[in-house]
Amino acid sequence: MHIVDRRLNPSGKNLANRQRFMRRAKAQIRKAVHESAGSRSIKDADEGGEVVLPAQGVNEPTFRRSSSGGIRDHLLPGNKEYIAGDTIQRPPRGGGGSGSEGAPDGEGEDDFRFALSREEFVDLFLEDLELPDLAKRRVVNAEALVYHRAGYSVSGSPANLALNRTVRNSMSRRIALRRPKPEELQALLDEIEALDPADEIKRLELQEEYARKKRRTGIIPYIDPLDVRYRRFEPHPKPVAQAVMFCLMDVSGSMTEHMKDLAKRFYVLLYIFLKRRYKNVEVVFIRHTHQASEVDEDTFFNSPETGGTVVSTALEEMQRVIQERYSPDNWNIYAAQASDGDNTASDNDKTAALLTKVLLPACQYYAYLEVGRDSEHFPPGFIRRDSDLWQTYSTIIRAGAPMAMRKVGHRRDIYPVFRELFAKKTGTEAAAE
Amino acid sequence: MSSTLIRAERPLFEGADWEFGTIQRSYEEIEKIALKEMGLDVYTNQIEVIGTEQMLDAYSSIGMPLFYKHWSFGKHFSRHEAMYRTGMQGLAYEIVINSNPCISYIMEENTAMMQTLVMAHAAFGHNHFFKNNYLFQQWTDANGILDYLEFAKDYIMQCEERYGEVAVERLLDAAHALMSQAVHKYPRKRAADLRSEEKRERERREHDEKVFNDLWRTVPGKENSRQDPTAAEQRKALLELPQENILYFMEKSAPRLAPWQREILRIVRIIAQYFYPQSQTKVMNEGCATYSHYTIMNRLHEKGLLTDGAMVEFLSSHTNVVFQPEFDDRRYNGLNPYALGFAMMQDIERICTVPTAEDKQWFPHIAGCNDHMNVLRDVWANYRDESFILQYLSPRLVRHFSLFHVMDDSNEPNLRVEAIHDERGYRKIKQALAKQYDVSWNSADIQVVDVNLAGDRRLILHHRALNRVLLEEKDARLVLQHLADLWGYDVLMKEVDPATDAVLKEHSASPKPGIVRIEPS
Repeated sequence: MHIVDRRLNPSGKNLANRQRFMRRAKAQIRKAVHESAGSRSIKDADEGGEVVLPAQGVNEPTFRRSSSGGIRDHLLPGNKEYIAGDTIQRPPRGGGGSGSEGAPDGEGEDDFRFALSREEFVDLFLEDLELPDLAKRRVVNAEALVYHRAGYSVSGSPANLALNRTVRNSMSRRIALRRPKPEELQALLDEIEALDPADEIKRLELQEEYARKKRRTGIIPYIDPLDVRYRRFEPHPKPVAQAVMFCLMDVSGSMTEHMKDLAKRFYVLLYIFLKRRYKNVEVVFIRHTHQASEVDEDTFFNSPETGGTVVSTALEEMQRVIQERYSPDNWNIYAAQASDGDNTASDNDKTAALLTKVLLPACQYYAYLEVGRDSEHFPPGFIRRDSDLWQTYSTIIRAGAPMAMRKVGHRRDIYPVFRELFAKKTGTEAAAE
Repeated sequence: MSSTLIRAERPLFEGADWEFGTIQRSYEEIEKIALKEMGLDVYTNQIEVIGTEQMLDAYSSIGMPLFYKHWSFGKHFSRHEAMYRTGMQGLAYEIVINSNPCISYIMEENTAMMQTLVMAHAAFGHNHFFKNNYLFQQWTDANGILDYLEFAKDYIMQCEERYGEVAVERLLDAAHALMSQAVHKYPRKRAADLRSEEKRERERREHDEKVFNDLWRTVPGKENSRQDPTAAEQRKALLELPQENILYFMEKSAPRLAPWQREILRIVRIIAQYFYPQSQTKVMNEGCATYSHYTIMNRLHEKGLLTDGAMVEFLSSHTNVVFQPEFDDRRYNGLNPYALGFAMMQDIERICTVPTAEDKQWFPHIAGCNDHMNVLRDVWANYRDESFILQYLSPRLVRHFSLFHVMDDSNEPNLRVEAIHDERGYRKIKQALAKQYDVSWNSADIQVVDVNLAGDRRLILHHRALNRVLLEEKDARLVLQHLADLWGYDVLMKEVDPATDAVLKEHSASPKPGIVRIEPS
């Protein structure tokens, strides 16, 4: 008897099968992920989790006998009152009772629950989304070096000894210099041994040859320092892509909790998305009323503030932060602004000027999200006046700036809007609407 | 048990914790009882300790330690994993493989008592059954199975590299759909020998390469070979029709399959055949294993090797395993093979040792023979579920389970009770129950009946709809599609009433490209 401890065997033996299954059910899984994204809170969006797939498409059909019709025998335990010849009313289909035995295993028909890991979920979740101008800035940071294999060298550390190459060199040298092989020497010895003792001349001859070969073996080393090669590594500077994400939000009294919640969801999505593309993502929160300040996340979302609404103050603050900490040469800059659209009328021109002249040239992408009230239902044909900011930004976008804007009224719209904004596009970034 | 009682100094273990020493000691004690007292005859054992994920792995690849890759195994894994994670399903305590050496997987979470129980159950009970039952001897090759699976895995991997994963997947989908129609139900001339399978595959290929001569392609054939009136009979004989092993027929006769495709069909077919005996011996196999562990655990306790605490733990888990809910119970899900099997084995022991007058009348050949182990070993070796129940289900057990037989004829408005556990019913119930375990009775009887290879090559199958039970239509159509894809030409299936030969229903399918090249008709 053997006892084998298999617990430490490599896990994930089933990974290949799992991937095959996911490839097979890709369309269904994707659909399920998108549906579940609408229903689950976006904070959990990158948590992974369970999706429910319909059984079709991943079922495995076999020839089975039908579960209804024909003559069937049931052998059941636990008889209490029946005697032979009794008739029993047919139980309703699907109900328990005596009819259940002949039923095929219903497994195949059930919807199929499938658990996705966090990675898989986010992959599918953000699939075919793309950052605009991702390739524009790839920053070379001199501090990060990676080593790549680059051929062989004659010097190096013993740990990098290239054994194959060394032995190959040694062998070709030995062949070229005709170093006698150990087998040859042994063969000679054997021959001398087996020789007729009377044949003195032959023996001397052989012994001389043996001595000569032996000497030659000594002179020509098996491995010469000349043969030795080391694996060579060359340092390469590693491009590090880093991004900063600016969250701008109007926190004046007209912004309700609901609106802030919408904005937050959008920011979280953007954060997850950037996190996938950049190793290093920093987030800057700027809130504004009639004045703006950089704050931490908690204050940003939670502490109330009162005052008027001057959007340009936030843009100025952003400009200041960029100048101080995030040089556009080194950072990919993304900004998302959320607002209910109000702005002091006199500030619109200044806002537009700041955006077009200073911020948009520095940014990879600027998204404006106009959040509305949940209760706002617009009957068809009802034309709502566009807000001040919306009008202002429309003119900027018409000029072809890397900017997009959308309106969102309900949290179920967040994800579709996000997808719309970052969907893979061909040609130039299409303007909103 | 007749052997004398010598109480051990101290029990094998106390408490739930175990280490490898515990397993070793328990194994040795179990072995003494199993081999010396019960006279079991087993393959060399190999006990492997595994974790949860590995158990789930084993689940999804039908319990085999190594298997080729296919998406359906990923699907099964996910399903079991989800059910396990949400607590809807516990995991088995063990899985045992019919191989030589016989591999038993035991879970690391098990308590020391559970490991002992599992070893008695799997490493001796199942192991003895695998080694001695005639069906397993006839159909499976325990020595060769692991090597064969290794070969199958490598071969399919090579095919994937050479012909693409998609092509192999399409083929495996089709083959898996037909897997339950891929067994020979009647013994062949030779015993299975999986070791030579790999060699034979190589030889077949070499032979094909050697005799290949491109010139033959250029020889003009005869225009329309003459029609012979006996041609139909002749071609049926040549193709060995009717044929119930559909995959075998595809492998040998499908006109358009490439050699590697035939080989993969063969692999799936051989694996299906390997599992065929298990489906016919569920009650007996579990009965044998459960009876063995019950006897062994009791003996261990008698010898003082199990603490009373461990014994209570064992009895609680044993009772769960052999629990049979009644038909009107919400938990009822068919007859529990453990319950039925264990009850029948115990019943045989009772008949041998303390028979009643009734037993003497029903089982004159064993009643009171006082050597129940001998009888049981003979039963385990020479029966399958159907014949076992037909022979050994005693009236006492029919009464014990209060079995009754209900007939459900869809043409009648009501169900009818045919027989109950009374004098007139015993025999009827025994026969009806045995029939339920007869494979040819409870799986669809589908045969390839005819094909005209010289004509339109349409493949004709019959499903003999026993008791007018037709095939599940949706599934049948999907499988038929797979079959047409393999065959490369149209396929027609007729569902025939075996009593009248009337055709009840017809399905047909036309091939889609993917597995073989399809010529536009």
